[in-house]
Amino acid sequence: MTDVVMPQMGESIVEGTLTKWLKKAGDHVERDEPLFEISTDKVDTEIPSPAAGTLSEILVEEGKTVGINTVVAKIEEGGAAAAAKPPAKPAAAPAPPPAAPVAAAPAPPAAKPAAPAPPPPAAAPEAPADPAGPLSPLVRKLARENSVDLGRVTGTGAGGRITKQDVESYIAAQQSAPAAPAAAPAKPAPAPAVTTPPAAGGQAKTRVEPMSTMRIKIAEHMIMSQATSAHVTTIHRVDMTKVARMRARNKDDFQARHGIALTFLPFVVRASVEALRAYPLLNASIDGSNIIYHNEINIGIAVALENGLIVPVIRQADEKNVLGLQRAIVDLAARARSRQLKPDEVQGGTFSISNFGSFGSVMATPVINQPQVAILGVGAVTKDPVVIDDAIAIRSTCYLSLSFDHRLIDGALGDQFTAKVKSVLESWSEEVL
Amino acid sequence: MDYAEAFRLQRELVASRQRGVIPDQLVILEHPHTITLGRNGKREHLLASEDILRRAGISFQETDRGGDITYHGPGQIVGYPIVDLREWKRDVAAYVRAIEQVLIDTLADYSISAERVAGLTGVWTGGRKIAAIGVHISRWVTSHGFALNVSTDLSYFQYIVPCGLTLPVTSMAELGVHADPDEVAGRLALHFGRIFEREMTMLAPIEMGEAIL
Repeated sequence: MTDVVMPQMGESIVEGTLTKWLKKAGDHVERDEPLFEISTDKVDTEIPSPAAGTLSEILVEEGKTVGINTVVAKIEEGGAAAAAKPPAKPAAAPAPPPAAPVAAAPAPPAAKPAAPAPPPPAAAPEAPADPAGPLSPLVRKLARENSVDLGRVTGTGAGGRITKQDVESYIAAQQSAPAAPAAAPAKPAPAPAVTTPPAAGGQAKTRVEPMSTMRIKIAEHMIMSQATSAHVTTIHRVDMTKVARMRARNKDDFQARHGIALTFLPFVVRASVEALRAYPLLNASIDGSNIIYHNEINIGIAVALENGLIVPVIRQADEKNVLGLQRAIVDLAARARSRQLKPDEVQGGTFSISNFGSFGSVMATPVINQPQVAILGVGAVTKDPVVIDDAIAIRSTCYLSLSFDHRLIDGALGDQFTAKVKSVLESWSEEVL
Repeated sequence: MDYAEAFRLQRELVASRQRGVIPDQLVILEHPHTITLGRNGKREHLLASEDILRRAGISFQETDRGGDITYHGPGQIVGYPIVDLREWKRDVAAYVRAIEQVLIDTLADYSISAERVAGLTGVWTGGRKIAAIGVHISRWVTSHGFALNVSTDLSYFQYIVPCGLTLPVTSMAELGVHADPDEVAGRLALHFGRIFEREMTMLAPIEMGEAIL
């Protein structure tokens, strides 16, 4: 059972008016689905549900004004389809904290059945029990950054709640306290925040900068992915000579005719499509104890941005030839860099490709883009001496690394898939113009 | 821009902002004659029937912003900031006060002394309301915003009780300041950038449309 509380919408705001329930008691709600609206001043705010489940009880009616942190409703976690799950409901199990950060999965599958969502992996281990009730994210952050034990801070806010000022004055008090031997060799404490006292030379030793929204989402997603999937990476060496010849022969014409360069990437995407058709489990995702097979092959292409990363999706990649794929790649990458992607262009991917070879890497172990189950990394194409029939030849080669989720895909299948990609590339014959 | 179209644009921008795909935005535009009713607005503050409004060429829209009823139309500059408040104070009240400050500073550029009135969100001059504010927030991302009367035909306010208040409205023109709306928009953007500590980049209307639609 999760309590839904009136959130704090600002330091000076102590209450809010609940203006509208967007769900009725008994309704099923998804986590983060708008649940109710509040009004403060001339601002209407949609409040998302802190948990998935059934809205079991509404405690505050529309039109009522209540203080922050007042419980306004209760949500019974689980849901209708709970029977599908083994009745494991140990109360002592570390339930995901309801206030855990929003999982930044960029690509939730379009149609999510009502089955119980897999419990979000405990991404950020929250502090065990909050003293004096829920804390605002600001206070939490301030405390974390300054390694403040909130149990030692006296709250002066509504209901003894700890406010930002309380934490600040606690920090100030700690810093002026002579107990801290300032001259002692600095112990490796977490970087203190803005309040860093300048070092002897007057030069601060650290600089604190808040992460951008994108950075926070990437961070959350990476940890969530590592915690969700059993990552295994297999690496195959691929002879790209045929593809390289095809590309060399056509690249000037391609540029002249279509106005875009011809790279190795669309060949790899094309080969991956073939392999995904042959091994559809690589194009699936996991939902609880179900396997969801996707009938569309939508391939996400990782695009590096100045300060981050985004994975726009080539929809129905299986319906495109090399030209169509190259066009889509150029278009999506350009719009990703100018931040002009539409929301649905970064959703719905069923498999991803990361082309780190373009930065000179020969091999790497990519992290799976959840909720997908595999990602193919493409290393740089280089000319190497290769033994063929006991003779040494110079061939264009590259390493393909497939990171796959061992929960669903066993090693043999991962290698069969990668071998299929390899064989399509090594025996390339399709014309590209 | 038509209110419904602008509403769709805002929705797209908010969705993109929530995903972190775009930076904060300030959309500045004018609407044709429109009366909008906020989520907490009272229908009785609409003084004319929808039929009369239609005949007067005014469209009527219920919308999801905070605040009561208001009028938009030619000569009024509407600003829709799409700001992720998690990257700016996480404070709804501070946000509204900052928007008021943007308006007050802009009006000061035209030697109009405007102020806040405690308990009455918006910007006032001489007891008359010159700019209205109504905001919607979803996952800390703002939409809707403010409306500043530059040379608004104030007679259109006769159809409503603006913001549910029986206090008069005014415009820059009524105060004897005949400003170029584009220039006022420029000043607004400038002050917005300063107060929100954002570097403002001008996007041409078409570019903006392409970016989103």
